[in-house]
Parts: sequence; C-alpha cells; structure tokens
Amino acid sequence: METFGDPAIWLPWTFAALMGLSILIYVILDGFDLGVGLLMPLANEEEKDRLVASIGPFWDANETWLVLAIGLLLVAFPPAHGIILTALYLPVFIMLVGLILRGVSFEFRAKAPASQKTRWNAAFFAGSLMASMSQGFMLGMYIMGLTWTLSHVAFALLTAVFLTVGYSFIGAAWLIGKTEGALQAHAVRWARGGIWGLILGVGAISLATPFVSARIFDKWFSLPEFLYLSPLPILSGALIVYLWWQIRQLPRSDDRMSWGPFAAAILLFALAFGGMAYSFYPYVVPEQITIYDAAAAPESLFIILIGTLFVLPAILGYTVLSYYIFRGKATELRYD
Amino acid sequence: MDTLLLSRIQFGANISFHILFPTITIALGWVLLFFKLRFNATGDQKWMDAYLFWVKVFALSFAMGVVSGITMSFQFGTNWPGFMETVGNVAGPLLAYEVMTAFFLEAVFLGIMLFGASRVKRWVHTLATFLVAFGTTMSTFWIIVLNSWMHTPQGYELRDGVVFATDWWEIIFNPSMPYRFVHMLLASGLTVAFLIAGISALRLLWGDRAESVKSTLRFGVVTGALLIPLQILAGDLHGLNTLEHQPAKVAAMEGNWETGPNVPLLLFALPDEEARENRFEIGIPSGASLILKHKPEGVVPGLNDFVAEDGTVMHPRVAPVFFSFRVMVGTGIAMLLLSWGGLYLMRRYGAGEMPRLSLYAFSAMSFSGWIATLAGWYTTEIGRQPWLVQGVLTTKEAVADVPAGMVLGTLLGYLAIYAALIVAYIAVITYLARKASRGEPLGSRVHPASGEAEVAMLQPGE
Repeated sequence: METFGDPAIWLPWTFAALMGLSILIYVILDGFDLGVGLLMPLANEEEKDRLVASIGPFWDANETWLVLAIGLLLVAFPPAHGIILTALYLPVFIMLVGLILRGVSFEFRAKAPASQKTRWNAAFFAGSLMASMSQGFMLGMYIMGLTWTLSHVAFALLTAVFLTVGYSFIGAAWLIGKTEGALQAHAVRWARGGIWGLILGVGAISLATPFVSARIFDKWFSLPEFLYLSPLPILSGALIVYLWWQIRQLPRSDDRMSWGPFAAAILLFALAFGGMAYSFYPYVVPEQITIYDAAAAPESLFIILIGTLFVLPAILGYTVLSYYIFRGKATELRYD
Repeated sequence: MDTLLLSRIQFGANISFHILFPTITIALGWVLLFFKLRFNATGDQKWMDAYLFWVKVFALSFAMGVVSGITMSFQFGTNWPGFMETVGNVAGPLLAYEVMTAFFLEAVFLGIMLFGASRVKRWVHTLATFLVAFGTTMSTFWIIVLNSWMHTPQGYELRDGVVFATDWWEIIFNPSMPYRFVHMLLASGLTVAFLIAGISALRLLWGDRAESVKSTLRFGVVTGALLIPLQILAGDLHGLNTLEHQPAKVAAMEGNWETGPNVPLLLFALPDEEARENRFEIGIPSGASLILKHKPEGVVPGLNDFVAEDGTVMHPRVAPVFFSFRVMVGTGIAMLLLSWGGLYLMRRYGAGEMPRLSLYAFSAMSFSGWIATLAGWYTTEIGRQPWLVQGVLTTKEAVADVPAGMVLGTLLGYLAIYAALIVAYIAVITYLARKASRGEPLGSRVHPASGEAEVAMLQPGE
C-alpha cells in the first residue's frame, strides 16, 4: 500500500479518477440511449420499433455505469455523497422517476396489448426527457456550487435544456451509424437539428465555469497553464466544425463515415468532461470539500481497489463483446 | 408525520417494490437455464416453448428490478447520509463488489441472453443464460452480506464514532449471513415455483392443452413441494440464530412481554404497546418455548427486558413485527398444503387432468411468494428497530435533514408510480398468458433442434 507513497493521497486520487471515468462512460453510453428515447416522438410508428431495437441489448448495461459512478461516490467519498444528494434531492427524484418510466416502458411497449403501445411509447419519451433534463439540471447546479439561488437555478435550467438537446444529438449520431435507408436520413436531419444544443451546452459550461470562482479562473487563465490548456478548446472547436460539416454530407450511399458523428460526439463529450474535471479538482463538493477530506478509510478503499483492478477490465471486456455481438445495423429484437 | 418516519416509509416502499422483482429473477434465471438445458438435451420443442414464454416474464421482471435498484442506490444519499458516514467503510466495499461482480455481469449478458440467440452459437447463448443466473445470485449474496452485517455486525472497530473494518472474513461471514442467504434463495425458489405453477394452472383453465404448460405446471408443483419443507427448516434455524443475536426481535415476533418459561405460541393477539400486554390472546401453551428452546420450560426473552431505566424503548414496535411474522408463516403453511395436495392430485390424475378447483387454488396462489417474502422482510427489518445497524447506529441518527414536506411529496410520487407499475406488471403477465393460451406463436424462428427440423429448414421454396 505504501509503495506508491502516501495512500491517503493516491487512493482518493485514484478513486476520483475511477468515478470520473464511470460518469464519463455513463454520460456517453446512456447519453446516446436517452437521446434515442428523446427522438421517439419524431419517428413514425415503424421507425419507433427500430429506434428501440437499436438500443435494446445495451441500455441495461449502460445504466449500470450510473450505479457504479454513484456507488463509487458513495463508497469512496461518503460525506460528499450525502451532501451532494441531499442538495439535489428533488432533481434526483425526478431523474429516478424518469429512469423507472423509461426502463419499464422498454419492456411494456413490446409486451402489453397493442392498444396500449402508444401510451408506453409516450412514457418512454417522458422518462427519457425527465432523466435528461434532471441530469442537465444537476450538472448546472453542481457547477454553481450546489446552492439554490434564483440565478443558479436559471443557469441550471439552461444546462438542462442544452444537455437534453446534446443527448438527442448523440442519440441521432448513434442512429446514423446503427440504421440505414429512410431512418438513417431522418437521423441525419435530427442531428442537424440537435447540434446547436451541443455547441451552446459546451459553450455555456466552458464560459460559466471559470467565473464561478476565482480559483477556477486562475487555473485556466494564468500563464503558462493557459498555453498548455489551449489544445482543449481548439480541439473542441475543430470537432464541432467537423461535426457541422459531416452531418451535411451524410448519409452517403456507400454508408462511409456513418460512425463519424458518433465518434466525434464521444470525443467532444470527453473533452468537455476533462475540462470540467480539471476545473473542479481537487474538490468533490465544489469549493467545499476536497476528495482528500471526503475519502473513506484507506484500508477500505484499498480492498475495493484490488477488486476493481481485476473486475473493471473484465467489465470493459464483456461490454465490448456485447457491442461486438450486436454490431452492424439494428435489426428487429427477438428472443429466439 | 416527521421526516424520520416518512423517510422510513419511503425507503420501505422503495425496497419493498424492488425486492419483488429480484425475488423472481434470482430463481427464474436458473429455471430458464434448466429449460434451456432440457431443450439442448432432448430437442423437445415444449422446453423451448416454456423458455420463450418465461424469458419474457424474466425480461420484464429484470427491467423492473434494475430501475427500482437504481433508486435504492440513490436513497442512501438522499435520505440516509448518516448510514454511509458511519458505516461506509464496511458497507462501501460490499456494495462496490455487488455492482462490480454481479450487476455488470447480469446487465451485459442479459442483452446477449435476451436478444442474442440468433447471433451467437448455442453454447454461447447457454453460457450467457448461466452468467445472468449466476450474476443475480452473486448480487443476492453481496446484498445479503451487507444486510446481515447490519443485523449481526462484527469484524469492525469504532474510532470517533466511525466504523472501521478490521476483519473482512468476519464481516462477510457474519453470524446471520448463511441463514439469511439460504432463506432468501429458497424464498425466491418458492416464489418462482408458485408463479410458474399458478400461471400454468391459469393457462390450463383457459383451455390451453400445450405440452409445455403441463410440463411447467409439473415443474412448479414439484419444485414448490420440494422447497417448502426445506424453507420451513431454514426459517426455523434462522429464527434460532435471531434468538441468539437479536432477542428483542424474537420477543416481538412472539408477542412476549415478560421473560420466562412456558411461553405460549400465540396464534392471534392484539399487542397493546401502551399497556405493554396483549389482548384477545389465543395460543398453544408452551408452544414458543418448545419451538425456540425445544423444551416446555425453556426461557423465552420478553420485551420488557429492552426498556432502558429512563424509559427509552429499545425494542421494535410490536404489532407490525408480530403480524407480519404470522402472515409469513401462514402463507408458508398454505404453500405446504397446496403444493403437497397438488402433488398428490397430479400423481393421481396427471398434470393435464387435475381437478379445476386445484387449478383455481394454484392460480390464486401465483403471487403468494411475494406476500411471504415481503412479510418476512418486514419481520426482520422492522424487528431490528430502533437500530439501523444493530448496536452501532440508530435509524434516527442516520436520517437526512430534508424537510418533511419534501419527503412526503416524493413518497407520494413513488407510491403512485409503484402502484401503477405493479398493476401493469400483473396485467401484462396475465395478458401474455392469455395470448399464449390462444396459441399465438411465442417466437418466429424455427429451432433446428432435431435433424428433421434442420432438413426442413433446408427445403427450398420456403
């Protein structure tokens, strides 16, 4: 345990990194399947089944990353877990209701009598919307330091809308890769409609974060940090330009580059996330509690870490396996 | 109502709703593996029909379990921050292992199990089915470890009011864990046995004469009849374990106020918390002493031993524990009578020709496992009060400082959704059974089970 230096330093750091990684994977993976849910009302009846089929084998495992992220917060930083979640009591409730509605609608829409299908489709959309909006809201509140003032709530409502549109964009990008024909053409149109959410969302968060605290401002706008960090906004800008250009070229008749927008969107999410992580480090509760103060006992963290080192590669491995098995264009979902 | 009580009701509502679905999926995963292996071995289409019907129930139950499970993981933080702050060093790793070794396993391979049959080799699909069943069981293991540790904590030390783990072996294999784990697995097995028997009976009543229905009825009745005596034995052993570690809970279960010998086994009573006595007692003389100490003069602990000198009550409220225990035992006895009676009738008349009355009885008992499981959990969880972690942390110390109105609002929201979803769940299972009874196909693919089918598939012109 002492090999790497003081375990009270490197263990919290490792766990913060693991938690960050889980959140990022969650935002990307559940982001696209929430996004597909958000697009439901835009699709016609036949397309709706294909939309659901494109995420059917994956959504369950995608959501598990949220459980892992919140679990890591819970186990590695217990006091922070309590503070963050009690401060976000109401949006958490709305998100959970959304996730419940969405998860069960997946099953019910396929199994309930056909006359009820419209209702379950509506529940599927409503659940996706509630989950996306509340996640965006929580993101905004977190950036604003988890205090409920009018201006903070207003900012959080903005991020709620932007993240929701951003999710619908990555959902559309997923569909561009995962579908073909008329539906693919629709997905391209949806992506064109959703890209502004991505731009405004990334822009708003990037602009607002440094002005929340002088500490974060100095982390970004002092030399030489500013120069080292400059690739981050430049790369993000380049990705947005690429996305803008690419979705005006798609769909191509030979299906070339149909995964381009999805891959670029992933990178963009990752860059934005990296920027945020840099801003808030070392705090887990913004400007209040650092990861080092909130960390659980090193003995306990160490025993989780040992397991994680064995298990996480396995999880990643069979996740990749699952995406490999269900590779290619989405087909009808069936149990046999 | 105050925040504490509302938060308890909210957590109780969430966990009650949640446990319904794992109770089904834990055992149903293994049952599906069994159907699948039978099909692999015999090539008999009835096993594939059984698999295809019950895998739908499994998928639906699994989704309900996942979404309600996510809710649980947030509730620790939103409503019970004191829990993780005090015992996080023990609870944290256990929950982390649950998510990492079990949750991911089942969630990822579920996709392959449900939708991958046409995309992977048959053995890969069978393996995925096994991994899902194994994952749900592992999940149960870790959660039961944590829950049992909250009842019988050991392997830790307190430093400045915070729990630190000292011996993980002692924590995992804490005294009540093996009993609780076996008790829960058997409960799941029984719930599924009666669900399968009940739905199959319903389909027979609707005139469905399919071989697969007779086979699943046979399977449900035989499994139920085999498991129920084991469960009664496991429950009895668990009770003795509780007597040793949590006597206050046993005193509440028995409705016994004064410690003493020759304590009766109460069949009915109305515990009066104010007067600290029972009214309208009907009991079997020395019954409780016999069960708990195996002799009539055995001394059974009484609730009055758990009142502090200053009058602070350190035992649970008696009535909820007393009654839920009786509901659990009563349901268990009904299960015993029905499954053994059913076994006799089945041997005599055959699964397809059982008297209609018995089929009605099985249908009525379809969800009896839920009732028994919930009643059992209420007994043990309410029975632990006022403690959250026995002797370490009280429920009151752990609750979040959230306004009562907020908790009430979200509680009503959860209750409304849960009520609607339970209705929809039962309605859809009934609908699926109805649809299957009408002979609508369960799947669209022809299964190349035997050589004949394979040849048939190769015929041109189809």
